[in-house]
Amino acid sequence: MMNMRTLLLFAVCLLLLALPQFLNPYWTDVFNNIGLYTVLALSLNIILGHAGLFHMGHAAFYAVGAYTTAILNTQFGVPVLYTMPLAGLLAAVFAMVVARPIIHLRGDYLLIVTIGIVEIVRIALVNDVFGLTGGANGIFGIARPMVFGFKLKKPEHFFYLIWGFCLLTIFFMHRLENSRFGRALNFIKEDDVAAEGSGIDTAYYKLIAFVLGAFWAGMTGTIYAAKMTIISPEAFSFWESVVLFTIVILGGMGSIRGVLVGSFLIIGLPEIFRDLAEWRMLVFGLAMMLMMIFRTQGLIPPPPRKYDVLAYLKEAAGAVGGGRA
Amino acid sequence: MEEFFQQLTNGLAVGGIYALIALGYTMVYGVLKLINFAHGDLFTIGAFLGLTLLTSLGLSDHMGPLLGVIALAVMVIVLVGLIGFLLERTAYRPLRNSQRLSAVVSALGASIFFQNAVMLIWGARPLVYPHNILPTTAISIFGMDVPLVRILMFSTSLVLMYALYYLTHKTKIGAAIRAAAIDQGAAKLMGIDVNRVIALVFCIGPALGGAAGVMVGLYYGQISFTMGWMYGLKAFTAAILGGIGNIPGAMVGGLLLGVIEALGAAYISIAWKDAISFLVLILILIVRPTGLLGERVADKV
Amino acid sequence: MSLVQLKDLTKTFGGLVAVNDVSFNVEQGSIVGLIGPNGAGKTTVFNLITGNYVPDTGEVLFDGTNVVGMRTHRIVHLGIARTFQTIRLFQNMSALENVLSGCHCRMQSGIFSAMFRPPSQRREESAAVGRAMAELEFVGLADQWNNAAKNLSYGKQRLLEVARALATQPRFIILDEPAGGMNDHETQELIELIKAVRDRGITVLLIEHDMSLVMKVCEHLVVLEYGAVIAQGGPEEIKNNPRVIEAYLGADDDLL
Repeated sequence: MMNMRTLLLFAVCLLLLALPQFLNPYWTDVFNNIGLYTVLALSLNIILGHAGLFHMGHAAFYAVGAYTTAILNTQFGVPVLYTMPLAGLLAAVFAMVVARPIIHLRGDYLLIVTIGIVEIVRIALVNDVFGLTGGANGIFGIARPMVFGFKLKKPEHFFYLIWGFCLLTIFFMHRLENSRFGRALNFIKEDDVAAEGSGIDTAYYKLIAFVLGAFWAGMTGTIYAAKMTIISPEAFSFWESVVLFTIVILGGMGSIRGVLVGSFLIIGLPEIFRDLAEWRMLVFGLAMMLMMIFRTQGLIPPPPRKYDVLAYLKEAAGAVGGGRA
Repeated sequence: MEEFFQQLTNGLAVGGIYALIALGYTMVYGVLKLINFAHGDLFTIGAFLGLTLLTSLGLSDHMGPLLGVIALAVMVIVLVGLIGFLLERTAYRPLRNSQRLSAVVSALGASIFFQNAVMLIWGARPLVYPHNILPTTAISIFGMDVPLVRILMFSTSLVLMYALYYLTHKTKIGAAIRAAAIDQGAAKLMGIDVNRVIALVFCIGPALGGAAGVMVGLYYGQISFTMGWMYGLKAFTAAILGGIGNIPGAMVGGLLLGVIEALGAAYISIAWKDAISFLVLILILIVRPTGLLGERVADKV
Repeated sequence: MSLVQLKDLTKTFGGLVAVNDVSFNVEQGSIVGLIGPNGAGKTTVFNLITGNYVPDTGEVLFDGTNVVGMRTHRIVHLGIARTFQTIRLFQNMSALENVLSGCHCRMQSGIFSAMFRPPSQRREESAAVGRAMAELEFVGLADQWNNAAKNLSYGKQRLLEVARALATQPRFIILDEPAGGMNDHETQELIELIKAVRDRGITVLLIEHDMSLVMKVCEHLVVLEYGAVIAQGGPEEIKNNPRVIEAYLGADDDLL
């Protein structure tokens, strides 16, 4: 069983490795976008999917990361990929500052406040805040990233960078899910009063969920900036947040596989039906309504965690004060 | 002083519109504890339906501007009210007993759906209302010229608000609405048909929003399929500002926000106008989530 | 020695005085019952102890430390655990995971050890699962470990809440109507369970309407009416207290 899964994973990785050889640059770029959205949606999944916090301002964190990279690269000549940790860090600090006063808000209030935050960030970028963001035109001329002396410029080069980062993200997200941290977030999602009453510092964990999600989104911002070489405020509008939100909700809150499927459906599918492109959002809206009515848990809900308990079943009786008679 | 006065009247005119839209949010929230994200888009639909009816039926040509606009408003109110009714039936009623956040997501889906439906029907480019309907004269108040339109806008929203206030506070059905807002279970036991109350609220709220849509079209002249989103957020801010679920609160909140925004745009920076509203929203939710007129209630554990 | 001391606790909601100048002590190792008619403020007293509400005035001393103003999870960490009157389990999660939530506050690993999984994290994780299984066994639910909480019967859900509370390794446990929704047989088992909890050295404070349970299991009773303490003492003493009888007449005949 375990071997089958490892084998399958291996096959998928091989397929990914070979994929750009069979795709033209346009479709390679489509896959690149799917990869980017997958990583972003996975970072949102920590906040929305696991902690159940209705956060619709994720594009703000992504923007902080992308602008950090763009400014450091164009103004100070820092190589693009070197800015990645700092992009993540600044996004995380930003998240900590804005999330701290609002995390105690109830679900729908939090939703509306995060919309407000992402809009304020966009307006600030348009208004060329600190004279660094280039206003409505944004920043252009971001250098191509170098990896071991090799310059990434074609879509297939970015394919490996993006999907490599995506696999790394999936690996870490999987581990986070199956840990004390992941469980704590799920307890909060289910019932935060009961979670607090069971000894979980709910405010802390909600904040950490935001900070971690923002860190990851910030790092993804670096890759986005490197891929586009131009960034502008419109790329981080409220609608980007809506798309990410939709991917997580439709795919299945808290489910890595769900997020993957969601990204393919929402970013990839419209490329197949390009003639119907303007129907895209209409269909998403309809899908969100139908999904909530007929399948609240999303397309692929997360699998239950596995615990190895057989060993304890026998000895358990003796473990606590001799048990009851 | 002149500048201040002009901004104040402008703020009150826009604030009246915010208040009308805010009433829809607050009434729905009152009975269902749901933020109806699609409400802003119903407002947009009102604006577009109004334009289509106005130009295709030639209302103001046949009946004169005043009667024409009134007839138009009545038609839009009925149509948008009907759409609101259908929305509740299809997107919200099936979720009445499920998790609250499922309904929120459904509302969001409905918003995206309506916005894009408007785009597909009327096109992505902004449309323009005819210019020749409203008077362009100004009248003098305390020696300062105020455009008559502003006064018309403001007084129209006051009339509509008073009508709603009368309905909810002086009639039997209004008492039923308020009772259902306080405790649905108890209202049911008292023989109130809660389903009917909710359906009614979903007619009245969007109907007022639709009327506001027509007013915006006539006042600013230009309408676009995305406008409901920004107006919706502002109106929601107004509802929160006044205390969500509270009908007089939505009125006060709307007018107040209109004035804050107009003065902010004039004295701080017009480029940050929208950011000011969002800042108000965030601050009020952090500092006093129950709003100005709301009451504090302890969460039951 | 008093493990818990409530001193002059008062809590008002708007104009309503829910808890009015309540003081009583809970002795180390005892089982104390908090009783009184509906709406007397019993659950509010619990919420004041656990930090869900902050009292207007007064102190809650736990082992000499004033816990008023502390956040709930800190109070749990100090050693006070509770169950809820309206069952508040993590309904969609397994019984085992519900109990693991209680283990959380005695564990260390954070996000980095989750990502890199050093041996210490694995050891801690498997120890926690072991402890959670032991608590499930203790309340008699070990065979239900993989069942979602929502699929358990009402009585079993109450037991699961007890297991979750015990997993926080408390010195003091507060049970809010533990027998609510239980049949006679389950209630009998619950009595044994509560005694077994005490035998582990955990002090118990409980609210219960089932007077036969209260009289069998509690060594000391505190009676609340309209938010104020009207009597306290041993079960026999309380049974014959005229004020208590008066408070209960018509409200709950089971007492007599």
